[in-house]
Amino acid sequence: MKSIEDIQKEIVEEFAVYDEWLDKYEYLIDLGREMPLIDEADKTDANLIEGCQSRVWLSCSQDADGRLRFKADSDAIITKGIISLLIRVFDGQTPQDILAADLHFIDAIGLRENLSPTRAGGLAAMIKRIRDIAQKYGEG
Amino acid sequence: MNFLQQIRADFPILGRKVEGRPLVYFDNAATSQRPACVLDLQQKLCKEHNANIHRAVHTLSYEATDYYEAGRRTAQRFINAESSDEIVLTGGATMSINLVAECMARGGFIGSGDGILLSEAEHHSNIVPWQMACQRTGAHLEVVPVRAGGSDANDGGVDMEAYRAALRRGVKMVAVTHVSNILGAVNPVKEMVAEAHALGIPVLIDGAQGIVHRKVDVQSLDCDFYAFSGHKIYAPTGIGVLYGKREWLEKLPPFMGGGDMVATVSFEKTEYADIPLKFEAGTANFVAAACLAPALEYAAKIASSPDAAEHEKKQIEAMKQTLASIDGLWVAAADAEDRIPLWSFTIDGVHPLDAAMLIDKMGVALRSGHMCAEPIVRRIGGGSMLRASLMPYNTLEEIEVFGKALERTVKLLRR
Repeated sequence: MKSIEDIQKEIVEEFAVYDEWLDKYEYLIDLGREMPLIDEADKTDANLIEGCQSRVWLSCSQDADGRLRFKADSDAIITKGIISLLIRVFDGQTPQDILAADLHFIDAIGLRENLSPTRAGGLAAMIKRIRDIAQKYGEG
Repeated sequence: MNFLQQIRADFPILGRKVEGRPLVYFDNAATSQRPACVLDLQQKLCKEHNANIHRAVHTLSYEATDYYEAGRRTAQRFINAESSDEIVLTGGATMSINLVAECMARGGFIGSGDGILLSEAEHHSNIVPWQMACQRTGAHLEVVPVRAGGSDANDGGVDMEAYRAALRRGVKMVAVTHVSNILGAVNPVKEMVAEAHALGIPVLIDGAQGIVHRKVDVQSLDCDFYAFSGHKIYAPTGIGVLYGKREWLEKLPPFMGGGDMVATVSFEKTEYADIPLKFEAGTANFVAAACLAPALEYAAKIASSPDAAEHEKKQIEAMKQTLASIDGLWVAAADAEDRIPLWSFTIDGVHPLDAAMLIDKMGVALRSGHMCAEPIVRRIGGGSMLRASLMPYNTLEEIEVFGKALERTVKLLRR
């Protein structure tokens, strides 16, 4: 299992080849399309993170090794692309590592604006939810 | 310079670039841009005349008060109110409506079992204050549908049959929008006021969008209240106007307690100031209020030009064609007979948030989401729509850029 830091570095390198915003967003759209769908049964109210403009679902379970397994979905495709990056970073990590992580890749790849409250895509709320879940499992 | 070049030269911000491209600002219904005359006054007031108004006897306070009251008088002239006493300066249209809803409830003008009539296409600012008044008093909302979406007509007008029926059921108050911020269709407010008044029912008009694009004469309209914001009509944020008929303002209780709204205060009893100051507790946003003067004079100057009406017609025609050229695009209130340059729309297979984010990268500012009018956007737009809203300073070339950018956006998202 790669560390959260290594995965973030990988993502930053992948995005370094894109000079143009368009390429970056096309890549995000592709990621959004390729992301495995969350089970319809998991699209519950409890898993829903209501953004102002798009909806995000996040489900989590803990495997036998104590690692957290995340699945997520959104009705907006660019949001979904960014979510897939977050999932790539956090899926399969331990609650402790998630809580200790310094999440810097979003800034580094120039997607900071998607975390601002006005973007309202629910991403900031999703990151908070991931940390809350990690906290809960970490204590349990 | 022609009419449009002249106007554009007045707005410094229109020269800026976004993502390396000339800004195409089509989110004017949320906040319009400010002309240099407003920006200059804003700065001049802060540099030369900053003091608290209505209180002190020193020179700066006199000057600041004069500027503040000039803002009020300009607002009075702009909507042809009979007296400047009928112009309450507030923080915005939202506060104006909250003031009326709260004071009507507190003053006992709305009570248990009473109906408050709203249209289905109201902004949250003209829904939530009334819901709060209902919670306080036991009154209820009577919501009248608009003709948009579904299989019926799509002209965006309030269903007048349903309106009349609701009036006859005996509502105590009507609060309707002049122009919905989603539909852009101009409601027949004069007729609506007359019909409500025939039954003795007072009417508040939410003019946040209407004031920007239509001449408003509150005496001819005969409405009891008319609310609007400064920031949608060239003025700074944080200033709004509540027009209220003298008889109403006099009989309503004060909104907030504090300085400037009192005649005498003792711990036993406080005498309130006369209208409009009775409703202006606390230190006002005097800079923004003063800026209503150049802002509304600017709006009046543009509105008086025959070129402006001609230009708006051209904008509307060009937008109509541009939107029609996108496959799978549905426009709310597309068949409105009288509309302001504002269009909300959905595009098959395209999430509005994605579209707004991508088109921003092409330099075009659109609005997306429920745009603070969730009930109507839920019914006709699945909870989220895109909106383009123009001001006189928007050019036909910008509409062309918008059209191409939208086409490209749709292509990217539908790939």
